[in-house]
Amino acid sequence: MIPGEFTYHRPSSVAEAVAILVSHGDEARPLSGGHSLIPMMKLRMAAPEHLVDLGGIADLKGISEDGGTITIRAMTTQHELIGSDLLAEKLPIIKETSLLIADPQIRYVGTLGGNVANGDPGNDMPALMQCLNASYVLTGPDGDREVAARDFYEAAYFTALAPEEILTAVKIPTPPAGHGYAYEKLKRKVGDYATAAAAVLLTMNGGSVASASVALTNVADTPLYAADASNILTGSTLDDATVASAVAAAEAITDPASDGRGPAEYRTKMAGIMMQRALARAADRARS
Amino acid sequence: MNDMTPTREQREAALEGMGCKRKRVEDVRFTQGKGQYVDDLKLPGMVFGDFVRSPYPHAKITKIDATEALKIPGVIAVLTAEDLKGVNLAWMPTLAGDVQMVLADGKVLYQNQEVAFVVAEDRYIADDAIQLVDVEYEELPVLVDPFKSMDPDAPVLRPDLDGKTEGAHGPRKHHNHIFNWEVGDKDETAKAFAEADVTINEMISYHRTHPSPLETCQCVASMDKVKGELTVWGTFQAPHVIRTVASLLSTIPEHKIHVIAPDIGGGFGNKVGAYPGYICSIVASIVTGVPVKWVEDRMENLSTTSFARDYHMTTEIAARNDGTVTGLKVHVLADHGGFDACADPSKWPAGFFNIVTGSYDFPAAHLSVDGVYTNKAPGGVAYRCSFRVTEAAYCIERAMDILAQKLEMDPADLRIKNFVKADQFPYQSALGWEYDSGDYHTAMQKAMDTIGYRELRAEQKAKQEAFKRGETREIMGIGVSFFTEIVGAGPSKNCDILGVAMFDSAEIRVHPTGSVISRMGTKSQGQGHETTWAQIIATEIGIPADDIMVEEGNTDTAPYGLGTYGSRSTPVAGAAIALAARKIRNKAQMIAAHMLEVSEYDLEWDVDGFQVKGNPEARKSMKEIAWAAYHAPPPNMEPGLEAVSYYDPPNMTYPFGAYFCVMDIDVDTGVATTRRFYALDDCGTRINPMIIEGQVHGGLTEAFAIAMGQEIRYDETGNVLGASFMDFFIPTAVETPHWETDHTVTPSPHHPIGAKGVGESPNVGGVPAFSNAVNDAFQFLGNTHIQMPHDAWRIWQAAKDLGAHG
Repeated sequence: MIPGEFTYHRPSSVAEAVAILVSHGDEARPLSGGHSLIPMMKLRMAAPEHLVDLGGIADLKGISEDGGTITIRAMTTQHELIGSDLLAEKLPIIKETSLLIADPQIRYVGTLGGNVANGDPGNDMPALMQCLNASYVLTGPDGDREVAARDFYEAAYFTALAPEEILTAVKIPTPPAGHGYAYEKLKRKVGDYATAAAAVLLTMNGGSVASASVALTNVADTPLYAADASNILTGSTLDDATVASAVAAAEAITDPASDGRGPAEYRTKMAGIMMQRALARAADRARS
Repeated sequence: MNDMTPTREQREAALEGMGCKRKRVEDVRFTQGKGQYVDDLKLPGMVFGDFVRSPYPHAKITKIDATEALKIPGVIAVLTAEDLKGVNLAWMPTLAGDVQMVLADGKVLYQNQEVAFVVAEDRYIADDAIQLVDVEYEELPVLVDPFKSMDPDAPVLRPDLDGKTEGAHGPRKHHNHIFNWEVGDKDETAKAFAEADVTINEMISYHRTHPSPLETCQCVASMDKVKGELTVWGTFQAPHVIRTVASLLSTIPEHKIHVIAPDIGGGFGNKVGAYPGYICSIVASIVTGVPVKWVEDRMENLSTTSFARDYHMTTEIAARNDGTVTGLKVHVLADHGGFDACADPSKWPAGFFNIVTGSYDFPAAHLSVDGVYTNKAPGGVAYRCSFRVTEAAYCIERAMDILAQKLEMDPADLRIKNFVKADQFPYQSALGWEYDSGDYHTAMQKAMDTIGYRELRAEQKAKQEAFKRGETREIMGIGVSFFTEIVGAGPSKNCDILGVAMFDSAEIRVHPTGSVISRMGTKSQGQGHETTWAQIIATEIGIPADDIMVEEGNTDTAPYGLGTYGSRSTPVAGAAIALAARKIRNKAQMIAAHMLEVSEYDLEWDVDGFQVKGNPEARKSMKEIAWAAYHAPPPNMEPGLEAVSYYDPPNMTYPFGAYFCVMDIDVDTGVATTRRFYALDDCGTRINPMIIEGQVHGGLTEAFAIAMGQEIRYDETGNVLGASFMDFFIPTAVETPHWETDHTVTPSPHHPIGAKGVGESPNVGGVPAFSNAVNDAFQFLGNTHIQMPHDAWRIWQAAKDLGAHG
């Protein structure tokens, strides 16, 4: 549990950080909260020779809204997400999800950017960002580009992020006021990754669903946007048969690993149960 | 008396003696981060050792080449088995009569086994060097399932035992067989089964887990080559035994070995035995002449140093139709891993598992245990229990529930019907123990009344009906556990460790001004001895506990004792403390008589001094007597006021308790929520009720963890899974249920203060309460037995297998 040798950098601007990444290529890794990377280094499963700490870049902090888009800068901590009045009002599902990540000590340090950029399928924020149809701002030597969260994840720890790029911000379209939402997470204990988790965002029009978005955490080697399930729900009255068919559609796209959290069959079923429970709570909230 | 004279009650309260909820004095330093643990120790010139470990669970080693590692600046040495052979330490004896490799000698028997020991100037360099030690392995067939250990074609794990048909505990039947141990009357038991109205037969497994103290195992060894003296600071629950073993192995005379156990961050049985890290650090210090520190990391601790349990108990009970039990038959298959490194008293290969008749009056019983080798880490330690007592308690408590189910009786009523009765004590059990005291009926009734047992059963019945009607997906379980422990090892007629009888000791020295230094052969790892030992002395000799310093763990200063594990400290050392204190009081009485110019027979003890019978104004306090002991002792009496006592207990003690768990289970996710947990403990005389409550809370939390998910798992190819706190279940405050504690008091008749020991009761009694609650919840769906651990997916699986998912 002792890392190999590395050089520590603490740049004060994004441009400086990108320059360090460019000059060291694959041998450099950006460091945000460090909750995934540092343990991997201690296990010597990751051995970057250059660690680029983004903690000194003031530009990477902050939450703002402009023209129907909420922008969260990458180094905003989970603790800050929980404390944000703007998010509490406009995107309360972020607070609900953040409170299910680890424990307060970890949330003081863990960041949104690190959580979504690392590509760990166990992280909660990636599926939530897919549910919210967020996009990520990736900053490299040639400037910024945007990639949708639903297109970002390729495999466990493999993403659209290039080695010389830094994920600098997350942009989320502000959902309509009065939307329903819920994040349901089944875990063995505080601090554990989800056995399965589901994020649901709903808008209702009278008694029927105007829009629905469902995404799943830790039941495949990437987060899963459940497009078919979302489509099945849209336009329905959330009657039992429709819900059952949407749950079946969501379960069908899962491909979880069998591990200490349970065999694959269990984790698939739990994805369905979490989705069903999230849906029920989201519907309650949307109607109220 | 004027108004300023304290009353008798005030003087008694000022002592903070036995029965007082005295705050833990050690917590002043622990809560301020001022504890001094092994890893806090920094010595000039100290270097660090770390292990190269095997990625394979079973393999031959064909080459170890350290050339590249030794090229790294700061790397001092790389030790292998070949180097250790030079000092005859490539193998070491285990406490169970087996031998164990210190470093891999030609082969490895489990994943993460120690292969080479790298010594370097700092930990980072040591870890860098580990990556460069080139080890070539040739994989061998792997044996994981203990039920296949004795197959005719099972791989040979221990070629070093080739041709040895006799082990430390009798004949071996197979190349992977370690011992067979039989107790009880086989014929009488067979007769009981032949004549029984009802029998049950269930294979009840207690899975492999780990004590996992927060502080891992570690040491610093320092050899002074000029003086020829070795000092070892280490995480030792039994420092004196470690010194004796170190002397026997190293041939350094015992008086030239100084073993010091500083503050210890939890032991739970993990820190009783000797590990390769200790031996290698000592050898490395002898070789290099500088102090060598070795500190295990979490994964090393969980995957190599001493697992617990892995007992597979085929259990049969014979009974009459009215519920009276007539016979018990248990066969245990015990998985010991690659070496038999159990830390049991030497003559007890399965510990005190023959307490398996529990709290019940079985007229006949027979027990047989077979120990086998597998490609898993060695151990089998008593994780917060007295030598396989928790396995025994789980076995009988689960089996009694299964019998109740078969008889269609309430499990609490079945227990009450079969309890050993209060007037049967001292009670001779069918498997050879003499239970010292107990009043099971009173304890059980108090527990059932307090928790509202009958009402809970009625509620459960209603919920079951609602579940069947489809109105709820939640079911309810009530776990009953009534355990009897056997602790306080132990009487020299039964118990020794490598030939040393399992006594314990205390030395008490009263200073001229009436304060006290006292030292014991035990070693606290969190039990609070500095607080409770002082309370015993305070009551016995009338000196305030705050004026009494307690020291343990330094073999140079403390009297020889066998250490702290198996709830033995209070039953054994606690008795030695009381007896040493009484020697002091006896001498004090003679001094007081001299001071008051009366016969010592005219004096009576009164809280904190002696007074003349019928004339309480004429008295001498212990403070005055202490001064006189050094200033003007009676003629012909030696000055000073101190005493030593070594206590060989006449019997074990038998704490007991009634535990109830009320659990709600979400059938769709398998998530179990403990609604209530009530623990009534009877540990005899209670020294510090607050510390007892803390002990019970801690032990129950471990029991909750073990029953509900804490497990060292292996895959079928021998990879150890989940050897980190990500997977190994350590509950946080969020998961931990609320504990309700209660007590009855049945003092031990043979113990000087009537105390029995309590630290391990909650682990022993808690596990069956949780497991019985889970099993009970599913009984109405046809369940007989669900194996532990009861994590959510396994409960979900059980529900599915019982058809509860529709």
